[in-house]
Amino acid sequence: MTLPRLSLTAAGMALRLWLLGLAACIAIASNTRFTADLSAFLPQLPSAAQQLLVDQLREGLVSRLILVGVEGGDADGRAAVSRAMAAQLRRDARFRSIQNGEPVNQSADREYVFAHRYVLSPAVTPDHFSEAGLTAAVGDTFDLLASPAGLFTKQLLPRDPTGEVAAMLGQLDAEQRVPMHAGAWTSRDGQRAVLLAQTASAGSDTDGQAQAIDAIRGAFAQANKAGTYRLVMTGPGVFSVNARDTIRHDVERLSTAGLVIIVALLLFVYRSLPLLGLGLLPVLSGALAGVAAVSLWSGGVVHGLTLGFGTTLIGEAVDYSIYLFVQSAQYTRDGKRDDKAWVAAFWPTVRLGVLTSVCGFASLLLSGFPGLAQLGLYSVAGLAAAALVTRFVLPGLMPATLKLRDVTPLGQRLAGVVDAAHRLRWLVAVLALAACAVLATRHDQLWEHELAALSPVSAADRALDTRLRADLGAPDVRWLVVLTGPDRETVLQGAERVGRALDPLVAQGVIGGYESPARYLPSEATQRARQASIPPSDVLAKRLRAAVAAQPVRPALFAPFLADAERARTAPPIQPQDLRGTSMALAVDALLTHHDTHWSVTLPLRAPAAAQADQPLDATAIRAALAGADASHALFVDLKGESDNLYAGYMHEALMLSLGGVAAILVLLAVTLRSPRRVLATVLPLAAAALVVMGGLAAAGQPLTLLHLIGLLLLVAVGSNYALFFNGQGGQRGADRMSPHTLVSLLLANLTAVAAFGLLAFSSLPLLKAFGLTVGPGAVLALWFSAILAPGRRHPPETPK
Amino acid sequence: MARMSPSSILPSVLLALTLCAAPLARAADAADSASWGVDQLMSTLAQRKTGRATFTETKYLSMLEKPVESSGELIFVAPDRLEKRTIRPKPENLLVEGEMVTVERGGKRFTMPLQNYPELAAFIESIRGTLAGNRNALERYYRLKIAGRASHWTLTLTPADSRMAAMVSEVRIDGTQDALDVVEIRQPDGDRSVMKIRAAADTSDNGKP
Repeated sequence: MTLPRLSLTAAGMALRLWLLGLAACIAIASNTRFTADLSAFLPQLPSAAQQLLVDQLREGLVSRLILVGVEGGDADGRAAVSRAMAAQLRRDARFRSIQNGEPVNQSADREYVFAHRYVLSPAVTPDHFSEAGLTAAVGDTFDLLASPAGLFTKQLLPRDPTGEVAAMLGQLDAEQRVPMHAGAWTSRDGQRAVLLAQTASAGSDTDGQAQAIDAIRGAFAQANKAGTYRLVMTGPGVFSVNARDTIRHDVERLSTAGLVIIVALLLFVYRSLPLLGLGLLPVLSGALAGVAAVSLWSGGVVHGLTLGFGTTLIGEAVDYSIYLFVQSAQYTRDGKRDDKAWVAAFWPTVRLGVLTSVCGFASLLLSGFPGLAQLGLYSVAGLAAAALVTRFVLPGLMPATLKLRDVTPLGQRLAGVVDAAHRLRWLVAVLALAACAVLATRHDQLWEHELAALSPVSAADRALDTRLRADLGAPDVRWLVVLTGPDRETVLQGAERVGRALDPLVAQGVIGGYESPARYLPSEATQRARQASIPPSDVLAKRLRAAVAAQPVRPALFAPFLADAERARTAPPIQPQDLRGTSMALAVDALLTHHDTHWSVTLPLRAPAAAQADQPLDATAIRAALAGADASHALFVDLKGESDNLYAGYMHEALMLSLGGVAAILVLLAVTLRSPRRVLATVLPLAAAALVVMGGLAAAGQPLTLLHLIGLLLLVAVGSNYALFFNGQGGQRGADRMSPHTLVSLLLANLTAVAAFGLLAFSSLPLLKAFGLTVGPGAVLALWFSAILAPGRRHPPETPK
Repeated sequence: MARMSPSSILPSVLLALTLCAAPLARAADAADSASWGVDQLMSTLAQRKTGRATFTETKYLSMLEKPVESSGELIFVAPDRLEKRTIRPKPENLLVEGEMVTVERGGKRFTMPLQNYPELAAFIESIRGTLAGNRNALERYYRLKIAGRASHWTLTLTPADSRMAAMVSEVRIDGTQDALDVVEIRQPDGDRSVMKIRAAADTSDNGKP
């Protein structure tokens, strides 16, 4: 009598612990934030160049850009919509700038350049104001008078005879590439008005981006009351927001559909709503435990992809309760269910299956990429929780008698099929060989090499992004020179040194040009040097008289110049706030940034106009120039190359970790099964299934990403149970032959797995799709291959049961 | 990011320099320009599709003691491409195509939307619109007045808005049949530029633009 009470207490304990754990998980999960940007796929301990990439992708200017297009209607109307939207959004604090070609800052820009021309002009050197220098500069200015611009520039002659405004503007050779129509930017084909918005919030702030996007939609709706026009938007923030919505939508839709199918299947067999509810408890507990574990581990932030991954857990975790319910139906003593018999006969197999899965996924925990580690942790926590709930909580909650549908006839038919299955061994061999052949012939283009492959952005969205970028002539920022320092002055001086190193490269055509904040805000040292280049008024006047002697003017004309030069000579240096209201302030804000303790300055480089779109810059020449110009601490980064490297590293790591996971699984099986033959028998069907799935994907021209790799791990997790059951571990009652109930439970588990995973193949998210395509077909193959390759069937038992 | 750079300030030497222009709008006479002669001239001019000519431009500026001279080539392709290649005293190229203007000078190239520089737009349209026989384009900026006969006509353009009038008080174009002979631009401060146009020898079919 002691024994039952003890076990009752144990069951009660388990129940209480479970409820407590569930409450804790709910509490944690409800305080969790979900993100959807790419940052989860960026490394935790990056190199300096990677850190730069990460910063750019999270916070940088690139991450803040939203490219907007207005389509439909006629060109004049589109331009009007563009102007109306821009006018409204420029007043919106959620944006730093809205550009659509309107010259909004033109007069502020002109005033700034004109007022500060002597400290901004790169031409200002002591030589410039020598008699010879003045003669040359004034000569140029007179030539300009003769040019078509003469009628417009003549006003400048008395105030700027040395052409400082021209010299300042001359270094800004960035071309205005966007065509205009009716006062607003238009696409090259004229079919779309285009705008460029820079948000105040960083790209990694998905909520902030969502608000900015809503603001753009609102401004568009207001400008498009008649509904004639269409709005299109792209950019990193738009992608993040869309991805989050898509993840939400897909996760809801697919997990609902999966659940409906699973529920229908289970109801058909269980014939009991309470039992169905119980069967879903491990799933629910597992999902909650997974989210809670990830949330605790990553400081309350769970990536949307992890959540999407959660749906896949349904397919795996529901199997445990199926094994329990269907298989335990065959164990009855005195008309009552005998849990202990199931626990003794099957739990070791299920436990080994769970441990196998956990081993596989635990390897991902070592990943340096938070996203991958999240997936691993989620799976480990989720599967462990689901299995524990199945083992320790469910038996205590199950009714004493289960009125399951009698599955024995089905099971017996299955048994017949399984007995004959070994005849198909050749088919497995043929399929595996064919898969090998496909993989071998396609090994070059087997793997996707770009980080973008991981991004949950659809191909259509990426195509739109490419189009709008081309329209705006806004190529991706790809090449940067970055340097950091303790204060603004240091980094600005550094930027000037880098600029001097880059100027010869521009002249040689190695690079097309570069942008530098020091152009608009020179370092104080440079400003002082330029001021010191200007001679005192009387000296300057004397030299000027000599310089203009040959020109057809009276020297008195230049009195305003002498006054301005004298003022510039003694003026206080310009400060960042002097730029306020100009478009140059934007460039300085974007390129000169202040992090906690250090300042950094970014100089984006442009490819030469003649270069091919994808051709990289000559990094060696650029690095050599930087090193030779006392700017060796400046870092030259190719963001695209860096991001591809990152992905390659990521891929390599995932491959290594997956192999590690496989090794861990092999060790686990070897230790538990204590028989190389049985280890082989367990692994062989799974390996064959994985091989055939990969071969199939490759044959279909689907490039494999590391998501497929994770999918294969999942396949091992799901399939290991099948293989282990067929392997004899669970079928102890009948030596070689599995009981009909076990077979039915496997079939049912397989059907639910296919329902849960197969549906994911229809998702628009690369992640879910990858899992669907690998695990959906893989689960079916794993079951069949397990049956076909099950040991001991080559020689059927001599003594039938 | 390239666009973040102050692309809207980059615009040229040309125009960034109009800063000091004082608006000195002169009352223009409000003569009714809807005369029969303008339409006929426009349709004659519109029949010319391409033209190539040399020009000599003389600027009389009050701040200078003697005029400055430049010369070069003019090329027009209907409906809206006009290229002014200055050869002396310094090579410079001004190309207007559609709504964009490109200036090449001293190895630098600037492309900018005409629209953002109304003064320049009006200035360019006075020649381009006339060459194209595009009355609408001309009337966007000017009031038109015609005098003379088809064999020798004078088209006078008076800026319609005050901003433009601060820069240019009048553009006077003399021509014979479908060819332009002289374009004279007068400024409110009395300065003026006179551009004489001669058909290039190598374009037998078209003569002057």
